[in-house]
Amino acid sequence: MTAYLARRALQAILVMLIVSVIVFILLHSLPGGLVRAQLGGRVSTFQVRQLQRAEGLNKPLPVQFGIWLINALKGNLGFSYKMNQSVASLLAHYLPRTLLLVGIATVFNIAIAVPVGMWQGYRRNQPADHLLNASTLILYAMPDFLLGVIFIILLSLDMPLFPSTATAFGSGLRTDMAVLVLPIATLVFGNISYYSRYMRSAVIENLLEDYVRTAYAIGNSSRRVLLAHVLRNSMTSTITNIGLTLPFVFSGALIVEELFNFPGIGLLFWNASQTRDYPVLLGVVLVVTASVVAGSLLADLGYAALDPRVRYVRA
Amino acid sequence: MSALEPAGLVQATGLAPEAGSIGGLAPGLPPKRIRLMSSAAWQNRMAVAGLVIIVALTLFCFVGPLLYRTNQTATNLLIANLPPSAAHLLGTSPEGRDEIGQLMVGGQVTLEVAFAVAIFSTTFGVAWGAIAGYLGGFIDATMMRIVDAVLAIPFLFFVVLLASILTPNLFVIVLAITAASWTSTARLVRGEVLSLRTRDYVAAGILFGARHRHVIFRHLVPNVFGVVAVNATLKIADAIYIYAAMAFLGLSLPPPATSWGDLLTTGINHVFDGYWWQLWPPAIAIVLIVLAVNVVGDGLHDLVERRLERR
Repeated sequence: MTAYLARRALQAILVMLIVSVIVFILLHSLPGGLVRAQLGGRVSTFQVRQLQRAEGLNKPLPVQFGIWLINALKGNLGFSYKMNQSVASLLAHYLPRTLLLVGIATVFNIAIAVPVGMWQGYRRNQPADHLLNASTLILYAMPDFLLGVIFIILLSLDMPLFPSTATAFGSGLRTDMAVLVLPIATLVFGNISYYSRYMRSAVIENLLEDYVRTAYAIGNSSRRVLLAHVLRNSMTSTITNIGLTLPFVFSGALIVEELFNFPGIGLLFWNASQTRDYPVLLGVVLVVTASVVAGSLLADLGYAALDPRVRYVRA
Repeated sequence: MSALEPAGLVQATGLAPEAGSIGGLAPGLPPKRIRLMSSAAWQNRMAVAGLVIIVALTLFCFVGPLLYRTNQTATNLLIANLPPSAAHLLGTSPEGRDEIGQLMVGGQVTLEVAFAVAIFSTTFGVAWGAIAGYLGGFIDATMMRIVDAVLAIPFLFFVVLLASILTPNLFVIVLAITAASWTSTARLVRGEVLSLRTRDYVAAGILFGARHRHVIFRHLVPNVFGVVAVNATLKIADAIYIYAAMAFLGLSLPPPATSWGDLLTTGINHVFDGYWWQLWPPAIAIVLIVLAVNVVGDGLHDLVERRLERR
């Protein structure tokens, strides 16, 4: 177990290192250079040089990367001239909200998709299965923002149940809960098929296993076989899927935050892309990716805890 | 990337004998056979229907403008936001352009981007995965960690970042989406190549002194063609989806150029005005093409699976 843990953590660190190299290269491939991008067109060469020296941009690239990496590890991700605030403080303010959004959405997602997938696997190729297949597929084919707008039309315009914007987030628990309903519903329903389809095939595979036949043979009811044996064994596919699905949920969060004006990191990112606030753009990409990597690491640990085969085979 | 990956599993694993799963079987025939056939036939019908939809929408976008002539560049505010009528069957846009004509020219851009992304990301992904899987060792490990890293960056953030560093034009859009979507192909092909590499014919090729390039592109790549074809099909759907999201975020071609995603965004911005004819046609077009591409990919998947089983 420890060896597996260590190996997996090392891999995560390596991935983050490569991501930061990619981010750094992108930062330095800006047309005209980072300084001109920040100061705009109407600056003298002297001013450009001055800021370059102040930011250490006149040093060789590998040295710059080293300095940047050490700073990033210390939590210093640069300064946003557009918002006159350090990138780290912006991230600290907005990231928790998005993590909340993504976290709740993932929990609901699994809570809905697992029973759906189980039912489909149990009733495979029957009308109920086809119906659920078709509906999850249509939800999957819909762009997130379209789904969100449909929710707004139905639950905010036609029946004024929930607010259509989330700008009020952060002003008391009651408002927060009301405001989060539609954004979370959008994220949940658009991503159900990511889990339900894998759950369905895992259940189908498990139903063929000997242990299921044995369980039936010793007189267990269908319900007990499904809930006590098949569910547990099929859940592993869902848990490994969390890591693979997280990038999609974060991407969805970007859209949903922009649609509902939810003040999270996606909206911060989008605003930064409008004002070409590069330090913020790159800082967001870095922390969002770190969240994904951390999330899938946690999922893998949960997987190892749940399924002893992983521990022994890979360790 | 594809949520449709395990669709073929039902066929691949054979069918379970438990109660509750058998309905309307002809007596005397082995149940497994019948279920396989009906399921495969159903899948084929869906795939054909999907193909028909794709061809129909492509014809609509590329041949349609020749038959249904509209002015898609001029702005005419006198006829802006008109509801559907005899003159404009689906009404007009906020710029006073015919909505059907908008769907046609917008669809051209969307489909061009989607197919270009599918071709580029598949080509690059196949080359990357094949080289990594074939060479193995340190090179493989390095190449695959890069894939892991790109996969871990939520693709929409990556695409938006690229598109805001470079000014969006058709090439930049295709490049940005490709940069975010070649990784799944690379991973898939590497896995296939790893298993193919141990086959006798590859060993024989190497024994006869074949060059790396020859083994990779003559022996390995043609053998992963099936799975890659499925993957490439699903890439079209993903690209349409990502491009629509980009348009929603304002990263698209400058007007008067448009795309289905841009049209959908316009519709969304006018939701509170009640201009339903600007919202639903592009919405239906996008959902329809993504669904169609997915069922075609599903059908192809089963075809490949069955072929692999025979092998």
